[in-house]
Amino acid sequence: MTTIFGYPLVVVLGQLVLGLVNGSFYALLSLGLAVIFGLMRVVNFAHGAFYALGAYAALVGLNVLGVGYWPALLLAPLVVGALGVVAERLLLRRLHGLDPLYGLLLTFGLALAIEGTLHQVFGSSGESYPVPEALRGVFNLGFMILPRYRAWVIVVSLVVCFGTWFVIERTRLGATLRAATENAPLLQAFGVNVPVLVAATYGGGVALAAFAGVLSAPVILVSSQMGSALVIVVFAVVVIGGMGSILGAVVSGLLLGLVEGFTKVIYPEASNIVVFVIMALVLIVRPHGLFGRE
Amino acid sequence: MKLRALITGLAAACALAPTARAADVVIGDIDDLSGLYSDVSGPGATEAMKMAIADFGGTVLGRRIVTLVADHQNKPDIGASKFREWADQNGLNMLIGGSNTGVNIAMAKVAAAKKVPFFPVGPGGASLTNEDCTAYTVHYAYDTTALANGTATTIVKGGGKTWFFLTADYAFGSQLQNAAAKVVEANGGKVLGAVRVPLSASDFSSFLLQAQGSGAQVIGLANAGEDFVNSMKAANEFGITKSMKPAALLAFLTNIHSLGLETAQGLYLTTGWYWDLNDQTRAFAKRYFDKMKKMPTMDHAGYYSATLTYLKAVKAAGTTDSDKVMAELKRMKISDLFTPNGYVRRDGVMVHDMYVMQVKSPKESRYAWDYYKVVRVMPGEEAFGPVTGLCPLAPK
Repeated sequence: MTTIFGYPLVVVLGQLVLGLVNGSFYALLSLGLAVIFGLMRVVNFAHGAFYALGAYAALVGLNVLGVGYWPALLLAPLVVGALGVVAERLLLRRLHGLDPLYGLLLTFGLALAIEGTLHQVFGSSGESYPVPEALRGVFNLGFMILPRYRAWVIVVSLVVCFGTWFVIERTRLGATLRAATENAPLLQAFGVNVPVLVAATYGGGVALAAFAGVLSAPVILVSSQMGSALVIVVFAVVVIGGMGSILGAVVSGLLLGLVEGFTKVIYPEASNIVVFVIMALVLIVRPHGLFGRE
Repeated sequence: MKLRALITGLAAACALAPTARAADVVIGDIDDLSGLYSDVSGPGATEAMKMAIADFGGTVLGRRIVTLVADHQNKPDIGASKFREWADQNGLNMLIGGSNTGVNIAMAKVAAAKKVPFFPVGPGGASLTNEDCTAYTVHYAYDTTALANGTATTIVKGGGKTWFFLTADYAFGSQLQNAAAKVVEANGGKVLGAVRVPLSASDFSSFLLQAQGSGAQVIGLANAGEDFVNSMKAANEFGITKSMKPAALLAFLTNIHSLGLETAQGLYLTTGWYWDLNDQTRAFAKRYFDKMKKMPTMDHAGYYSATLTYLKAVKAAGTTDSDKVMAELKRMKISDLFTPNGYVRRDGVMVHDMYVMQVKSPKESRYAWDYYKVVRVMPGEEAFGPVTGLCPLAPK
């Protein structure tokens, strides 16, 4: 049997596919963070809470309003994104131009408030969201059984990640957004409503988090704390990719998912710290991250 | 004149304040009221404790029964200092400990120092009646030994000889795994391997595929709470539950409720109590449900029973003197809705029957919260095992 580092090829392949699934979640979440940091210089600590809010929006939609998975995939990010816009207009906007540390503290407080509210309303034990009918069942890849839903996660994440990258790096809207980061007063002088643009950016980043929340609802327990551990890993991903780099966030998200998957085979105990070890190494060798600009 | 008004006012305020008087019997509850265990035990447990006091009549030995409640926030120092404060300043007569073994070990030390009867109901750690035992501890609802004995023995005897463990990588997880592994081997089974999973891992599928690769018949889930739920969900999604028998080493009714029967069906688990055992348990469950809108877990019923048992012991002893009440507790038989035949052993274990359960399929479940079928009632002596000798109070 073919082996890699002493492990059977089939085992390694299976773990790599699973790593790709987890990497897709990392990529989606770090993408939102990178958009918000890249265009607003805000370290959005509330990202995990908005992710949980997205999952709960889908859950409430299903259980209370009878809104299924497919509409929720669009509606939940819209609703949560709108909340993000409100949070930006009411709170974050007041910190504009101050040290990024203030934004970090504010969003951290926001995360605690959101998670506390979810806990108060829904309790601590969490709830399950069913896998949509059309995506039940499995693919037999020969070397492993891959549930259809996990395959869907990979596909849809890649599409959304590429779409976001395209909008920001290749369209006129994206160019305007980037101009707002470079020189807001000048852009304003050209007649662009910059405050609205900034609020929409935050709402967009938050909507990406909520989208990831809906996407993960069928595979993990929906609970108020579901984002709090994940957001730390995702921050490490963003740092490794280079703060604010969209492409960096996506590529490093996927790569780290793969590395983590491989670690789960060779030394499972280290699987939750391997990302941070890599982050430390990257910071030593390339302080601006793999894709960061000086 | 003003001074007199002030003094009268203060006196009135003191009289109104719900502080305990010297003549009161004070029962305390220190639990996780707001964190991850607050559904399993938490505010519902406090409610169950108050139901027991009301059922007892609200007084004992002609003295009013009052309660004190605090949130330990899963921090041992908070639990221990609150306990000490109540013992020193509020005339605490008895304390019930909620979830979290670590916090309860810290509180047990206070119980020994302050000589206050201490009933840990929520924690699983068997060390509370072994290395960390005290003369005032009554470990009430279940412990890791009983959980392992119940689930592992039943499955091995039913033909599940080869095991692979998915173990939460911290003290509790390895204690559970070790306890279960011993039982498996003692019954002629074999442990093929284990994978240590970091606490609160975001994805369990990799570990589950490793378990499947081992070729074992049984997958032992030595984890709890959210980790347990997420590993079961993934096991189901990847079709692992079709080829391997899942065994939960700690699962509460609330976990099964979160999972849903579609995912949880077929799972084996052990519990100290279940709401749908007989008329008495159903009657309590209905009363509890009317108040809390959820069915009670074994912790909730344990809180009710522990409160009642303490009050009965006080009544029988005719005093709240800790040593005399403890002597009475270790002499009396416990028979109520929690257990028909419990007793407190010299090391502090409340020995009572444990129930080995299998989770019903959606078809078998006929009404809301109809989740378990009894596979076996395990006698207390078998479940909690012999006295280990690790507790100095109870040499072999």
